[in-house]
Amino acid sequence: MTQQKRKFGFETRMLHAGHIPDPVTGARAVPIYQTTSYVFEDTDKAAQLFELKQYGNIYTRINNPTNAVFEERIASLENATGAVATASGMAAQFAVMMTLLQAGDELVSSSHLYGGTKTQFTHTLKKLGVNVHFVDPNNFEAWQAAITPKTRALYGETIGNPQGSVLDIEPLAALAHSHNIPLIMDSTFATPYLCRPMDWGADIVTHSATKFIGGHGSSIGGVVLDSGKFDFSTFPTIADPDPAYHDLRFYETFGHYGFLMKTRAVTLRDTGAALSPFNAFLLIQGLETLSIRMDRHVENALAVAQYLQAHPKVGWVAYAGLPDSPYHALAQKYTPKGSGAVFTFGLKASNERLAGKTFIESLHLFSHLANVGDARSLVIHPASTTHQQLSDAELQEAGISAGMIRLSIGLETTEDLLWDLDQALQATSA
Amino acid sequence: MGFGSSLAGDIGMNTALTDEQRALYMDPGVIRTVLATSKTIAIVGLSPKPERPSYFVGSYLKSEGYTVVPVNPRADEILGEKSYPDLLSIPFPVDMVDVFRQPDECVEVARQAVQIKAKTLWLQLRVINFEAAQIAADGGLHVVMDRCVKIEHGRYSGSLHWVGMNTEIISARRGGRYF
Repeated sequence: MTQQKRKFGFETRMLHAGHIPDPVTGARAVPIYQTTSYVFEDTDKAAQLFELKQYGNIYTRINNPTNAVFEERIASLENATGAVATASGMAAQFAVMMTLLQAGDELVSSSHLYGGTKTQFTHTLKKLGVNVHFVDPNNFEAWQAAITPKTRALYGETIGNPQGSVLDIEPLAALAHSHNIPLIMDSTFATPYLCRPMDWGADIVTHSATKFIGGHGSSIGGVVLDSGKFDFSTFPTIADPDPAYHDLRFYETFGHYGFLMKTRAVTLRDTGAALSPFNAFLLIQGLETLSIRMDRHVENALAVAQYLQAHPKVGWVAYAGLPDSPYHALAQKYTPKGSGAVFTFGLKASNERLAGKTFIESLHLFSHLANVGDARSLVIHPASTTHQQLSDAELQEAGISAGMIRLSIGLETTEDLLWDLDQALQATSA
Repeated sequence: MGFGSSLAGDIGMNTALTDEQRALYMDPGVIRTVLATSKTIAIVGLSPKPERPSYFVGSYLKSEGYTVVPVNPRADEILGEKSYPDLLSIPFPVDMVDVFRQPDECVEVARQAVQIKAKTLWLQLRVINFEAAQIAADGGLHVVMDRCVKIEHGRYSGSLHWVGMNTEIISARRGGRYF
């Protein structure tokens, strides 16, 4: 039989990558393997699995067939060599840090981060002896200056939360590689449909799959992806004998799979932050419509941003899709299909804090809650919620003002969203 | 099972070879034929140390039912099998020669592989030597280069998928083993 070779397109891979119908049942939808564990073929095969000499299922904390479909599918969409699913986005980035770093190591990170990430890096990583240096992501010299011989990685968000800043990935990847360290990117706000950081040189990508990937606000989940291109041959935690796995050298043994194999076999095993198979199923359902939803998300987001910019009660709008955004050029380069659907704006009011409160309480369609990337439109006041653990100075460093409102634009009828925003804006001066 | 006609995925990731070189030395059809038809695999450079990559591959292939023949002059027995100092010393036919040596040692290995009438020369990931590949190809052998036989076996038998790796195989037909 002739074999037709073809590299399938993004939408085809959203629907098919990672799931070949099983030969026994032929089930077309991805089955939910709601099981903790897997019967071994025999004692020899069991031993081989535990020694990582065979690929296979041992225990759902380490791997699961439903999760494997989610993992391979998103790896295909990100042009990654593989993936490890985690219980949440926070668990994903923590798994990356636990796999790569040890006490005494340093990380250089963009300061434009989700507040929870900033707190995790500043306080939890510090407890483990890892120091994180935060830099203005737009200041390339600051990145260069912050790198020391102890720096083990650079970190940033493709589209920063909540500022909507777009990271200039290409020069940062080159900078990281000139120091033999990887560039780690969280790409939650972009999704692999709007930007694939690995195509620009990023080495490791994480997602909170809870957001646009799941897309319906139903399930918490995360994922770690590796391009397979970074040379870990001299990277201590991946190349050196690992006492947590009978002195296995993960790079030597698994080559381009070394980082992911260690993330799964050691970090996931030891931290226990595994994705539930049922959540994996729901996240897969989300992936199957990702491109269609993202097209609509960014179309609505741009319409809302333009409307707000022209509104007399609005002081400013920070959306990289608007031509006057300082990030517009970067957005055109890295996210040409659209600059995501999460952005911020400021109310024009004498008392911004009070106006913000009135605005949020006057909305009818926007849901006031702590999430983004739902099919429904969402709103939040970062200074009093997601970023409330930050001091005033940290808030300023993160580019957040007291009167800032963050929107996550959903898939509703565009005119209904504009109507809702307008009536709530009018209420701020009532 | 036979080859799936809808098995259209390309396996272009994680290689140092160009597209033209991949067409010669990474042909999915050749790889699947070799995995399906080889029974005896001589592993040149198989280490007796359980933590070494060659030992991982050897123990994997043995547990998958292949007859593994260690070729290592500094060992008597590896994985419970008698070890031979070189390919010429093996007193029975060998289907595949799998190589875990430095690239500059591959030309001699290729000559011996031709001499013992092996059917395939397989050079592991980053074991790249085009002269050796040409010698084997001229001798009528299948040649695979810059690939890991364990990874490829896992890719086409489905097990690589279980650990979340991107197999690059996409098909809407019922699956199973692709060799």
